Amino acid sequence: MKRVGIVALNTFREAVRDRVLYNLVFFALLMMLAAVVVGQISIGIEESVIVSLGLSAISVIGLLISVFIGVALVSKEMEKRTLYALLAKPVRRWEFLLGKFGGLVLTLAVNTAAMAAGLFLVMLYVKHSLQREDAVVLVAVYFIWLKLALIVALALMFSCFTTPLLAILFTAGLYIVGLYVQELRNLPVDVMSPATAAFTKWLSYLLPNFENFNVMAMAAHGRAVPGTLILQNTLYVVIYCAIVLTGAAAVFSRKNLK
Amino acid sequence: MSGFAIEIENLTKEYPFGFLHLKKKTSLEGLNMQVEMGEVFGFIGPNGAGKSTTIKLLMRLIFPTAGSARILGRPISDVEMHKDIGYLPEQPYFYDYLTAAEVLDYFARFHDLRAGDRKERVERMLKKVGLETARKIQLRKYSKGMLQRVGLAQAILHDPKLVILDEPMSGLDPVGRREVRDIILELKREGKTVMFSTHILSDAEALCDRVGVIVGGKLRGVGAPGQLVDMKTQGMEILFALTGASDEPLLAKAMKTGEYYRLQVAEGELYVAIEQLRGTGARILSVTQVKATLEEFFMNLVEADRAQAAAVEVSGK
Amino acid sequence: MKSQRAVALLLVLILPLGFAGIWRLQHGIDSQLAAVSQERDDVLLRSGKLVKWMSLEYSPLLADIYWTRVVQYYGNKHVRRQANLEMLWPLLDVTTTLDPNLVVAYRFGAMFLSQAPPAGAGRPDQAVELIRRGIQANPDYWRLYEDLGFVYYFDLKDYQKASEAFLEGSKKPDALVWMKVMAAKIAAEGESFSTSMFLWNDIYESSSDPLIKKNALQRLELLKAQEDCKQLNALADEYAKRNGRRPARMSDLVQAGLLRGVPADPEGFAYVFGEDGKAEINLDSPLLEQQLLLERLNKAVPR
Ligand SMILES: Nc1ncnc2c1ncn2[C@@H]1O[C@H](COP(=O)(O)OP(=O)(O)OP(=O)(O)O)[C@@H](O)[C@H]1O
Ligand SMILES: [Mg+2]
Repeated sequence: MKRVGIVALNTFREAVRDRVLYNLVFFALLMMLAAVVVGQISIGIEESVIVSLGLSAISVIGLLISVFIGVALVSKEMEKRTLYALLAKPVRRWEFLLGKFGGLVLTLAVNTAAMAAGLFLVMLYVKHSLQREDAVVLVAVYFIWLKLALIVALALMFSCFTTPLLAILFTAGLYIVGLYVQELRNLPVDVMSPATAAFTKWLSYLLPNFENFNVMAMAAHGRAVPGTLILQNTLYVVIYCAIVLTGAAAVFSRKNLK
Repeated sequence: MSGFAIEIENLTKEYPFGFLHLKKKTSLEGLNMQVEMGEVFGFIGPNGAGKSTTIKLLMRLIFPTAGSARILGRPISDVEMHKDIGYLPEQPYFYDYLTAAEVLDYFARFHDLRAGDRKERVERMLKKVGLETARKIQLRKYSKGMLQRVGLAQAILHDPKLVILDEPMSGLDPVGRREVRDIILELKREGKTVMFSTHILSDAEALCDRVGVIVGGKLRGVGAPGQLVDMKTQGMEILFALTGASDEPLLAKAMKTGEYYRLQVAEGELYVAIEQLRGTGARILSVTQVKATLEEFFMNLVEADRAQAAAVEVSGK
Repeated sequence: MKSQRAVALLLVLILPLGFAGIWRLQHGIDSQLAAVSQERDDVLLRSGKLVKWMSLEYSPLLADIYWTRVVQYYGNKHVRRQANLEMLWPLLDVTTTLDPNLVVAYRFGAMFLSQAPPAGAGRPDQAVELIRRGIQANPDYWRLYEDLGFVYYFDLKDYQKASEAFLEGSKKPDALVWMKVMAAKIAAEGESFSTSMFLWNDIYESSSDPLIKKNALQRLELLKAQEDCKQLNALADEYAKRNGRRPARMSDLVQAGLLRGVPADPEGFAYVFGEDGKAEINLDSPLLEQQLLLERLNKAVPR
């Protein structure tokens, strides 16, 4: 575990020294400021526009980071052969993988927290004070972070299987599918054959369901999110990441490095 | 305690290639070899011989098609064994966003060292490989030779019992090569085992207790550098200068380099040749023994291998 | 090798257990989400202009996505026979703002909006507004006039406006000749069986959407049944004239030689005479439910 931590901290350090990250966060903050402007021109929905646009910005920036850096995490080390010297140290490959995952998830936590702080500042500017209902925005940010962790795990797994470009495509593809899983289930049953219906239903419960984390509408209207859902989503991500990372470790442990 | 630092048994590596990976290329073929405790072992062979393949197999960076190996008496899949070994990859590359001191500190963390101890070691290693002045510079600004030095430093950082170096001299200037030699000799003095690969034979001859020669994925000989080659004198070389023209037939065999001529003759014919040369009015400058070197042994093997490959190609047609 | 076996074991254990956990959790999350938001079909951004502004050059693509949402939303509600279609208008509004040339959105959107629940939202006023917008953006597309006339004819019972719409549409290029005929016929007769039959039949023929086809077919059947009832009532009057009393059952008409057999509605259920002696759809026929719903709506919507 200690070794995992060492790798994670180094991954975090790498991210901190990467200028791209700052630019992205800056961009997100810019979008939130834009939300203030938009909110002013559209009457009546000012607050909800700020929340939904701000959360969207956090989510989009987070997605970009987690897909691209998530895929690069391991593939770059293989490509540049920085991994060689490291694996000659007393480190197991899965420890390395887990450390990389942990490092990026940590980075994302700091990132999302920074952007969320920006969002709260903007909200404070517009509303002049924060109410208790605004805590739901915090829950929404937490859910975004959970979602990003799952995406990082998927990106990491795909990058162990295939080339970086394909890994990016697969991850993005699975994310999009994961957004529509719910729709799969809600499809009018009578337009499908029973076999297809059963299969899509079955699949819709096992594929990563990214709609689970979408409480943006609730956050925009200040409706509370029940504690059970928070717990369930947390557990969902923990279990799903465990599955995905186990798969990734199994593949990566047997991989011949270039 | 087992007497061997490295034991390699029937190690084989095939790389699939071609469409759908159906064809196979054998990079290493049934390698059997041992490296003894406390020796400096040279692993020599031409480009593409399989040196790096062997070392990467030992480090579990790639996995063998067949065979097994043990390091310090433990199977190579045992991660704990890595506490006692150091490895310098071929053309090493490290996190370029870190400085030399940071990268060494990072690697040192994997060996349970106390913070103070770690710091002291990193400083000592930087000094040893001559990077103290560049310690605060990010590695992306390092030259090839400087990276090689960082690689060497991280390999010996944790005071390992066995050090495996893949072409430690490559990319280094003469001073750097000299320093690496000194480091290897120092490790030997400390009782460490060193295995290094190279295709520079003079390095191997100067440093190694034993060498293994690998050509085309097959081990062609193991032994002390002197043992591998026939050390008996192969002939005598006469160096002389001509004062006037002459049509002595012996002169046709001589080779002219600059103002001087060199002539190689068998040991028994030395005096006859000298007599004849004197007859032409040549001024004899020196007479030296000619010995076969590792170099020649090596070249012969490579030649033989090429000839064999060519023969296979011809018969295959 | 030992470590490899351990990894394999881990895989065999973690994968099924993990996925079983995911399966259970997903069900739990679903019910939680359903509980917190009865109306999950929230349109996040109700302002079409805002969405368009944010969609960069991809607004037609986004329009398609919104349109898909409309169809899904409508389809889901339709299947579950839920009458609450209040999100339909905002969705359609955003869709047509994003891509004013997406004529399907006007055509089917108007149909979804105008029809009585549960088939539609029961908002013919919104349907008219939507089509008028569509006509403004696509003035040469005659089918939109047909749709406008349709809404006026069936849902608003405004035969004057319906006739005008058909007439206007008939002047457009490519308009089929019957548009002009329809205009004249509606102006002269108002609602009539043959006009209604024709219009629904046209919907049925020209649409490829199964939901719309099904709906049109039901309407056709209902029209047919209503016409049949009218005919049967005429026969019953004839019977009363001859026998001095109204027939109690259909077989009376057969015995009197007025009918060759007991007639059935398009769903195959025999017509019956009600307590007031008028011909009616059989209580068991699915068409009855349809008819009752329509009647209720017609009473509710002031003419
Ligand atoms: N990933 C790979 N895929 C296919 N073939 C490979 C791969 N890596 C190495 N080889 C082949 O294996 C053979 C041995 O390569 P290796 O790197 O071990 O040579 P080497 O002895 O280290 O040579 P050099 O002195 O150039 O470093 C070469 O012929 C090479 O083409
Ligand atoms: Mg090599």
